[in-house]
Amino acid sequence: MNEFIDKILGIVGWEAIITIIGLVGVLVVVVVNALILTWAERKVSGHIQRRIGPKEVGPFGLLQPIADTIKLIAKELLTPKNVEKPLYFLAPVIVFIPVMVSFVVIPFDARLQVKDINVGILVILAFSSLSVLSILLAGWGSNNKFSLIGSVRSVAQNIAYEIPLLLALLSVVLMANSLSLKDIVEAQKGVWYIFLQPIAFLVFFIAGVAETNRTPFDLPEAESELVAGFHTEYSGMRFALFFLAEYTNMFIICAITTTFFLGGYQGPILPGFVWFFGKTYLLVFVILWFRWTFPRVRFDQLLNFSWKLLIPVSLLNLIITGGILKL
Amino acid sequence: MNNPVAIVKGAISLVIGLGVTIKAFFSPVITTQYPRAEINISPRFRGHTKLVGDKENPDRTLCIVCGMCEKNCPSGAIVKVEGEKKEGEKKKTATSYILDFTTCSQCGICVEVCPTDALAFSAEYNRAVFDREGCHFDLVKEYEKRKVH
Repeated sequence: MNEFIDKILGIVGWEAIITIIGLVGVLVVVVVNALILTWAERKVSGHIQRRIGPKEVGPFGLLQPIADTIKLIAKELLTPKNVEKPLYFLAPVIVFIPVMVSFVVIPFDARLQVKDINVGILVILAFSSLSVLSILLAGWGSNNKFSLIGSVRSVAQNIAYEIPLLLALLSVVLMANSLSLKDIVEAQKGVWYIFLQPIAFLVFFIAGVAETNRTPFDLPEAESELVAGFHTEYSGMRFALFFLAEYTNMFIICAITTTFFLGGYQGPILPGFVWFFGKTYLLVFVILWFRWTFPRVRFDQLLNFSWKLLIPVSLLNLIITGGILKL
Repeated sequence: MNNPVAIVKGAISLVIGLGVTIKAFFSPVITTQYPRAEINISPRFRGHTKLVGDKENPDRTLCIVCGMCEKNCPSGAIVKVEGEKKEGEKKKTATSYILDFTTCSQCGICVEVCPTDALAFSAEYNRAVFDREGCHFDLVKEYEKRKVH
């Protein structure tokens, strides 16, 4: 038996096995996170409207997402007549892969990280911008005017908000002197960057909410005007993949905010991953809170806000940060 | 958009909005979980009419089968009021009082004209039937049922 294991180790190597275990773990985290967030969203919306929210399935309705998942899996996968078949089938898959990759570099704890890549943040940003592509494919392939309008809006929005997102992160990278997420967390041992870079934090969080297409920037799927936006024509598990990707993106944005501004896994007494998930879910709660407070902005307001306010502010912040560090 | 005063004012208004929703988030729930819990019906609620029992003799209702309600009903919802004279009693006793609830509009004229105040509004609001015939309530039978409970 031992020889057999040694043989396999000799062929694939420890590195690969660790990566595979990590990927399985990531998959579990992704799915469990999506289940928790669907439940949390309904519960938070309920309480903000002074209702209870789900409560019938399991204690406090905790098993409701599982019941919903079973329903979605059991549903027929409808394919409308005139869709561009390859694009239509590909889009839900493409939307899901980049968010999986982003999880690989996030440090959940001091030793709990699938892979510490020295350009970690570039990996996340590069892959998260791929989700725009899948939204465009979904909108184009669906052959539906609502889908197309939704996806075109999404592209314009994502291009506009990726710039302040990058600029805000850049000023933190300048201070930490590293692109590796772990180094950035370690650099916050004394003071969290939210206190040194409050403007960058605000800009990043706002742009992050816009990147994940959440209210008040949810124009790509504005229910009241576009039915469901880019996923109008999707049903069953294909729709569920878009749904999963949206919630996972939300988690990733909050996880990056935690890593860059709130000290990541650092905190007294409790183990690191508790701090990490606590901070991340606090930010997720803030995003849910935003959704039930703010009305949707108009499209010109959305673009003006990014190009005329967020980008100049974050650029100025970057220049000032660079200047102070040079002194 | 680039007016800094407007931006600051807007940001403050957003924070105020967040305050409103978080206050609602921590306030107690105001909905009633209907099939699990029920609210108290106000005393002036108008359900379908019911017959009021005689306090001295709970076996009978106050109805004396005079037919005033039947004559005065604007919708003809009171289909049949019948009764009989029992041994040793001066007044008639209702044996059947059929109310067609499909046409009743709960106007309350029957309650007003009743000389013995034998009619009153019930507080029942969650009654379901499967066909039109189910809407013909026999109020005497219902009274008998209430009496048993």
